[in-house]
Amino acid sequence: MAYEKKQTEHAHADHQGHTAEHFREKHLMLDPLPRGQMNDMVMESMLEKPTWKYWAVIGILSFIVVYFLFYKWGVLIAKGQGVAGVMRPDYWGIFLVNTVFWIGISHAGTFISAILRVFRAEFRRPFTRAAELMTTFGLVQAGFSIFMHMGRVWLAYWLMPYPNQRMLWPNLHSPLTWDLLAITTYLLSSTMYLFLPLIPDVAMARDRSTGWRKTFYKTLALGFRGTEGEWTHLRNAMNIFAFAIIPVMFSVHTIVSWDFAAATRPGWSSTIFGPYFIVGALHSGMGAAVVVIAVIRATMKHMKYFIRSEHFDAIGKLMLIISMAWAYFFFNDYMVQWYGGDKWTQQLLHFHEAGPMGWMWFTMLICNIVVPWAILWNPKWRATPWLVGTVGIIINVGMWFERYIIIPISVTINRMPFTWRLYKPGIEIPMGIGTLALFILLYMIASKLIPLIPVWEVQEGQMAHELKKFGRETVVTVSELE
Amino acid sequence: MATLADLKISEVKLAAEQTGKWGMVIDQDICTGCQACVAACAMENNVTFVGEVDSGYGRSMHWIRIERFWEGEYPEVKMTPNQPMLCQQCGHATCEPVCPAFATVHSQAEQLNLQVYNRCVGTRYCANNCPYQVRSFNWRDYQRPEPLPNQFNPDVTVRRVGVMEKCTFCIQRIHKAQDKAKSEGREVVDGEFTTACAQACPANAIVFGRVDDPESLVSQLGKQSHGVKHLEELGTLPNVTYFKGG
Repeated sequence: MAYEKKQTEHAHADHQGHTAEHFREKHLMLDPLPRGQMNDMVMESMLEKPTWKYWAVIGILSFIVVYFLFYKWGVLIAKGQGVAGVMRPDYWGIFLVNTVFWIGISHAGTFISAILRVFRAEFRRPFTRAAELMTTFGLVQAGFSIFMHMGRVWLAYWLMPYPNQRMLWPNLHSPLTWDLLAITTYLLSSTMYLFLPLIPDVAMARDRSTGWRKTFYKTLALGFRGTEGEWTHLRNAMNIFAFAIIPVMFSVHTIVSWDFAAATRPGWSSTIFGPYFIVGALHSGMGAAVVVIAVIRATMKHMKYFIRSEHFDAIGKLMLIISMAWAYFFFNDYMVQWYGGDKWTQQLLHFHEAGPMGWMWFTMLICNIVVPWAILWNPKWRATPWLVGTVGIIINVGMWFERYIIIPISVTINRMPFTWRLYKPGIEIPMGIGTLALFILLYMIASKLIPLIPVWEVQEGQMAHELKKFGRETVVTVSELE
Repeated sequence: MATLADLKISEVKLAAEQTGKWGMVIDQDICTGCQACVAACAMENNVTFVGEVDSGYGRSMHWIRIERFWEGEYPEVKMTPNQPMLCQQCGHATCEPVCPAFATVHSQAEQLNLQVYNRCVGTRYCANNCPYQVRSFNWRDYQRPEPLPNQFNPDVTVRRVGVMEKCTFCIQRIHKAQDKAKSEGREVVDGEFTTACAQACPANAIVFGRVDDPESLVSQLGKQSHGVKHLEELGTLPNVTYFKGG
């Protein structure tokens, strides 16, 4: 009897922690607000009068973009690639590092909004838009970076298949041509995929704004009124895109990796580069997504309601798993190359670890493996926004180093030892900072122009979730809405 | 000398049989490292001078370079024979398929790797993929100080900033000789002309000619057993044979 009583007491104590309030506090999906109020909150967060801090940051970023990105680019075009650090044998430098880096960042958007949507991961709902914006803005930087790299950028259109009198087409044997086609496809499809779920939200904004904003949202909303038929069409379109964009996402970074893997260079001719690059892209992408979400939560009004610790906890788990997957692929890539015993590859691996840039190799491993594993295993730390955000920044530093090691450091070692020489970056550094500034600037402007929270998606999720009481037990139920 | 053509792999054999019209033999044992070939090549092909600073940073634009290596640990260092390195005019070149703009192409008539300067957009993929690292990129619009602009070779294009360039086996000389022979109604005779580097070599370490003609000097020399082709294991089918330690 005593045992039984103890059991009930214990169970009761347990339930103390699982009351309805407890659930509501923890989970956005179980904490519904009236729809009108939620819409107003999102509108307010967007229309809130910018503080002087906002303008100061915008001013600094604009200066960086104008001077470091566009003015320096003019210098680069006028004077040639000699103002950058590239030379023989490092024909490829930081511009391509940045290209791969930004394409990697762009992968998180699709991963979060397409894959998590397909798998019905409910925690995705409040930040799909923030992630999709990252995809589009990241790809813009990637495009800029690859054009900076070209020796004669004013002839970039020659890489496009367009009808011309000389019947010259781009060389479809070249991985760079595949790359261009893949990135263009990805940019177009991810922009469309950003736009589709935006339609109900801009329609909501249209109904709640005046002046030029009204015209702006009216144009974007394409006359969406929220009828049954419109929702059916929109859902169908989003479903098609969600499934179709996943293979596009996988193919893009695989093809980026083929730029290297298809080349005859020690360290590059690796069959595992495709999945290794995809996992690396997700690693940096999730890291960047969590930084963006943490910043939005800290700076924008009402965002603490929409973005909660549960979301950081969920992304933190994903980051931890992706970090483990990255470690697996890194080890696999390293192990097979080392075991292969090719003398050039062995030289290269030795150069990675013990060469003058060896510190970067070790920092990469610390940033990409040690830090995420040491911090993200702990549920409490994982749910702390600033901490997870810091881990996100550290992962991105590590992933940038990874690309730096793969490109300029690896091409230092080739089969002609006479040409070995260490790469010293020049104008690439300020121009790379310029792309980062442009990314942040675009994001800050977008946060004032479009609803960063897909409010209809949150409301849909909240309608599907319900708290029910079975006896003394409060349980969460989810119904299928679609 | 066992060549790739002796392998029983049909594609390799086919490619090896098809390839090679013009070739070169370089005897490292008699090369003195005097750099006359480098200077002659620059004169003949309007190769620009990049200056001390850029050259020191690895941006020299020589189409042929003399590589020197040391063997052993200090103080017992031994210099290895000088190794002139130029475009190997591969029969199965790695630079060709990677160019997105078709600026790096294989000539069917001459069986050489050509660089189409005005088609080049400067992605530098070809140079990255060249295992011999013999391609030069125009990193800047290098100015030639007076009186150097007066010695341009009118038969060769002057390249500008942002394009890749490399050794052509003096294709302008090949064409001149072929045109002359054609107008005289005969074939090009072996030794009738040669490349600038071979012409300038005081030790006659460089011999140029038809490798598909078994009677030519370059074919006869190429039969020597100590000839090697660099990085042949990559399947590039290079057309330059090196002699070392004969």
